[in-house]
Amino acid sequence: MAESDNIVVETAEKIFADLADPQTINNDKKASWQAPLWQALSEAGLPLSWVPEDLGGSGASLADGFALLNAAGRFAVAVPLAETMLAGWLLAQAKIASPEGEMTVLPASPKDRISVDADGALTGRCRGVPFAKSAKHFAVLAHGKNGVSIALVDASKARTESGLNVGYDHSDTVTLDKVQPVTIKAAPDGVDQTNLMLMGGVARSLQIAGALESMLDISVRYSNERVAFEKKISKFQAVQHNLARLAGESAAALAAATSAADAIANAGSFDDEVYLEAAAAKIRCAEAAEKGGGIAHQVHGAIGFTIEHILHRYSLRALAWRDDFGSESYWAVELGKLVARRGADELWPLVASR
Amino acid sequence: MTAALRFDPIRLPEKCEQLRKEVRAFLAEEIAAGTFDPHKPNREDTDVPEFSRKVGAKGWLGMTWPKKYGGQERSFLERYVVTEEMRVANAPTRRFFVADRQSGPVLLKYAPEHIKMDILPRICRGEICFAIGMSEPNSGSDLFAAKTRATKTDGGYLINGTKIWTSSAHIADYMIAIFRTSPPTKENRRHGLTQFLVKMKQPGIKVNPIGQITGQYEFNEVVFTDFFVPDDHVLGEVDGAWKQATSELAYERSGPERFLETYYVLTELVRAVGPNPDTRSAEGIGRLVAQLHTMRRMSVSVAGMLQAGKEPVVEASIVKDIGTVWEQQLPHRVRDLAAFVEETATNRETLERQLDFAIKTAPKLTIQGGTTEVLRGIIARGLGLR
Repeated sequence: MAESDNIVVETAEKIFADLADPQTINNDKKASWQAPLWQALSEAGLPLSWVPEDLGGSGASLADGFALLNAAGRFAVAVPLAETMLAGWLLAQAKIASPEGEMTVLPASPKDRISVDADGALTGRCRGVPFAKSAKHFAVLAHGKNGVSIALVDASKARTESGLNVGYDHSDTVTLDKVQPVTIKAAPDGVDQTNLMLMGGVARSLQIAGALESMLDISVRYSNERVAFEKKISKFQAVQHNLARLAGESAAALAAATSAADAIANAGSFDDEVYLEAAAAKIRCAEAAEKGGGIAHQVHGAIGFTIEHILHRYSLRALAWRDDFGSESYWAVELGKLVARRGADELWPLVASR
Repeated sequence: MTAALRFDPIRLPEKCEQLRKEVRAFLAEEIAAGTFDPHKPNREDTDVPEFSRKVGAKGWLGMTWPKKYGGQERSFLERYVVTEEMRVANAPTRRFFVADRQSGPVLLKYAPEHIKMDILPRICRGEICFAIGMSEPNSGSDLFAAKTRATKTDGGYLINGTKIWTSSAHIADYMIAIFRTSPPTKENRRHGLTQFLVKMKQPGIKVNPIGQITGQYEFNEVVFTDFFVPDDHVLGEVDGAWKQATSELAYERSGPERFLETYYVLTELVRAVGPNPDTRSAEGIGRLVAQLHTMRRMSVSVAGMLQAGKEPVVEASIVKDIGTVWEQQLPHRVRDLAAFVEETATNRETLERQLDFAIKTAPKLTIQGGTTEVLRGIIARGLGLR
């Protein structure tokens, strides 16, 4: 997806290369790289890619934003870029302007629900919210008597309990107890919690695919350098076949994620075909994170298990991303139900719809 | 990046969807007329000549070939749609499939004009069947160890030796085979093999059927004894078959037939669990469909690259590796999930019969047309490891 003619991706890759080099930031125990990186991304307008200019964003296309997320995955970027993009996208659906600074979305799991009462106050508890701790604002999708609402909430009004995911990034529990939002508006038709989860799931799929591309890259490179039994380990057939499988997992993840992104970017609505694309991407990418990441570690041996080595920045984050916006188990059950509801003879027409 | 593997999201153009409707309508008519039963992948009568001729009459054979040879000059994406719809319907494609996918394109590239004019239109009309003569008793994956000799004689070559595992040789009108015309050289062990067009059903060729673990007799041993092949049946460079083999692989390895061979058991499973599956069945089906969808998108993407004139050999090998491993596991996963299907499910017997056959079919899927090990070697080479 890294098209050289994509100016958004080019800009992002240059910033990542300058300010988020994996080895450099891995050596930096105080995370002093985070603020300059966020500042550079913000100055380039990237966190608000999906927000139209009249709502405070840079108005990039869905397709360009998705390509940007894939690039962010290739650098295993650990700032709330995807989260702020999703938050901006959600707010823009209700024509709510995005403020400056880090944001994240609530809920971040299909199981959690936020309700809105008659006064417009928000109540609910959301687990596993990525980067809630560093967010200045939350973009919230809430359910009330009049249907679905979208709200902008000042993060300081919520209670946030810190947590870390398996990749050492913030994954927090946010509790809203009759919180008055900064702004709240009715969601337009076609924007609901399921579709927010599908968007989030595709974002995570692209990030996982990017991380796998990098894992393949550094694993191939390492196998061509590391000598054992008097030859490069890349010359052992067992190692070659493992790396071929990693290439397959990486390719499958990339194909599934970019196909889903393309489907959303070109679809008028979240119909069954888009649902299949997005759910399948999350399922397939999560499976690839496990299988592919496992091979990358196997190729690296003990060195890849050390905190000094950059491999874990990709492998653990890819595993962590599986959990956000619905795990692969969740989506598999939902996709299975959809397929069963449509019936056996409608399975192939669904699969062959594009 | 070390490996710039690309699987761009190709969307099938509108004309493909129109074509898909035509193919589905045609297949529905043929099923209604009793030409074949879509629920019976293990049909005994796999050779259905009149079906081949009807498909040919529709213009769906040699679709991408030049019109002067009987083709339609349509795109690979259109051919893709026809192929996948036939496969999903369990249509009897055996008689024309190899010729359409593989043998025709080889002839187009390497055969002399008068042979192209003679044979290609007959493939397009669905009249003739091809076999591929690659493996020998002591040469399978190691293709370049082939020993069957082609000895130069007046006006042609005399063939002596044995090909084996040759699918459809018992019904084939022609075979495209590689024979040894020179010994390998020290510098290049792949040197010395030549590709030939062989007219079957002639004295000097003996076809002996070989039973398979499925109970079928699809493949054969083919014995050549002083069999004469004329000079103009040499395809391409004498001693240089190794240069010609690789570019075909992308066509052979990335098509829908590389992940749909056992697809029918998934359809029947969905039918058996009904509209309200339990969580276990739903998750199992969801995961299988996610895999299926991903492979199809990869496979369509490779078809798009072929259409664009690229040679995505590594990408095609990845599709076949992942696709065949999946279609091999599919009947076993479906069996797991079917374990709790109600005794009263109306299609229970069909599902069980299909599973019985699919489970017996499964072992061959990662062997035929390039083993998993060979594919992973090709992928590893593409990654710069060899």
